[in-house]
Amino acid sequence: MKKTEQCTLVKKTELVPGIFDFTIESETIADETQCGQFLHIDCGASTFLRRPISICDAENGLVRFIFQVKGEGTKSLANYEVGDKINVMGPLGHGFDIKGENPVLIGGGIGVFPLYKLAKQVNGDVFLGFRDKSLVVLEDEFKECSKSVTVGTDNGTYGYNGYAASAMEKYLDSNQCDMIYCCGPKPMLKAVKQIAESRNIPCQLSLEQRMGCGIGACLVCTCETIYSGTNKHMRVCKNGPVFNSTEVTLND
Amino acid sequence: MTDMNIDYCGIEFKNPIVTASGTFGFGTEYGEYVSLDEYGGFGAKGLTRQPREGNKAPRIAETPSGILNSVGLQNPGVEIFAEYIMPELAKYDTHVIANMSGNTIKEYCEMAEILSGTDAAIIEMNISCPNVKHGGLAFGTDPATVLELTTEVKKHCTKPLVVKLSPNVTSITDIAKAAELGGADGLSLINTLLGMKIDINTRRPILANNTGGLSGPAVRPVAVRMVHQVYNAVKIPLIGMGGVMSGSDVIEFMIAGARLVALGTGMFVKPDLILDVKKEIAEYMDRFGVKNISEIVGTLRLN
Repeated sequence: MKKTEQCTLVKKTELVPGIFDFTIESETIADETQCGQFLHIDCGASTFLRRPISICDAENGLVRFIFQVKGEGTKSLANYEVGDKINVMGPLGHGFDIKGENPVLIGGGIGVFPLYKLAKQVNGDVFLGFRDKSLVVLEDEFKECSKSVTVGTDNGTYGYNGYAASAMEKYLDSNQCDMIYCCGPKPMLKAVKQIAESRNIPCQLSLEQRMGCGIGACLVCTCETIYSGTNKHMRVCKNGPVFNSTEVTLND
Repeated sequence: MTDMNIDYCGIEFKNPIVTASGTFGFGTEYGEYVSLDEYGGFGAKGLTRQPREGNKAPRIAETPSGILNSVGLQNPGVEIFAEYIMPELAKYDTHVIANMSGNTIKEYCEMAEILSGTDAAIIEMNISCPNVKHGGLAFGTDPATVLELTTEVKKHCTKPLVVKLSPNVTSITDIAKAAELGGADGLSLINTLLGMKIDINTRRPILANNTGGLSGPAVRPVAVRMVHQVYNAVKIPLIGMGGVMSGSDVIEFMIAGARLVALGTGMFVKPDLILDVKKEIAEYMDRFGVKNISEIVGTLRLN
């Protein structure tokens, strides 16, 4: 039987204001985690529902996740201190299927975190987009494990001047690529889906949605797919969060 | 030894804990956390005559001590359930409460017939879904309609028929009496309370459907009060639900008059909630010398 687990927080860092890097202890979760899966986390007494947070890295009995304080849940989660126990469910969801010889990884904002474990595994060409220089995180860590890393900022304050998707598109004009992995805000997902499909490159997108149970029973975290009938709305928590780009419409 | 066996509509439940329809899917997912055999029974996801895709996302918003949902009855349809899903569920040592919602009286009757031909123990008739345009709640707010619907469905139903009541009415006892008069074998209450949450930055509701049903501990006092009122208004047995988070909450509903009590939203937080709940009920029974759990049903002493 699967269980919820009380995990000790062993490392806590604030990477940039409002973005926290947590490492918790769990042999089971570290062993079982596949790239792109998430944890469903009890953020403390001030919130009712658990919050789904993507796993950034998992090995040697340690599980790392990075989150941005956005609402009540993440604000409460950020209050945990090293030594505290955090109740988590996981790893949950369907992660990335690792395929291809020349992968490209593209992440935007907090969407870069779920790509890190994958980056370590596939040694690809990485594109990371942030709104502003002040928000750039994990650049060095991605560089250590990737063939190349291009960092871009939407406002041009650091690295490539513009969207990471545009940088990736230019790269694809003159390089081989047989798989694109993407996690980021909706506009990035849409742009990457369009670019990948116009070039016939297989592409996997990691989606985000407000969740309830996190395991596929309550049907609230739906996303629209190209299928018909009740399959049209699939569960981000269970069927995803990672989908093939050709399956999802991104219309909702 | 504590005895949690309890009779409901002539069916013996090994404990009074069931799950609320719509929170538990068809059992598969939560079955990975706790064996379905632990439950007295479980309420399967609400079915409609035809498959339904449900509403657009977001379908959930957190509110103080609860959630709003607007799933909109996404389900594979009653026929797929009867043919493929129910036979799998029948393998477990627990009772299945099949749940149905219709657009018309005819649809309800057809579904009752189909479900009567399955191994489901009880048919729960939802007349209270706040998240679909037709049917559901439209049937559940007028006593005359409830009487007519229940009377007709009973003619097509060979299983115990439990009518699920909406709290979104002026007098829930009038609706309860109408269902009883129509021949309902039991009642379940409460369904969710209609609510709304607004994002003040965009000035739009969080839910794509604008409104949704409130569940969780926030609704529990309303649910307990309604179970108490309905218990005193009808003779048929009740399934109580609304924000149960512990064994104490189950006991509270039973004292108010429920014979079975459903877990729902609480499982989103604790997928193995049933285990704690049963332990706490056993402790309560020991402490108060309760030999069989049915002894406490409706034992409320008013001030």
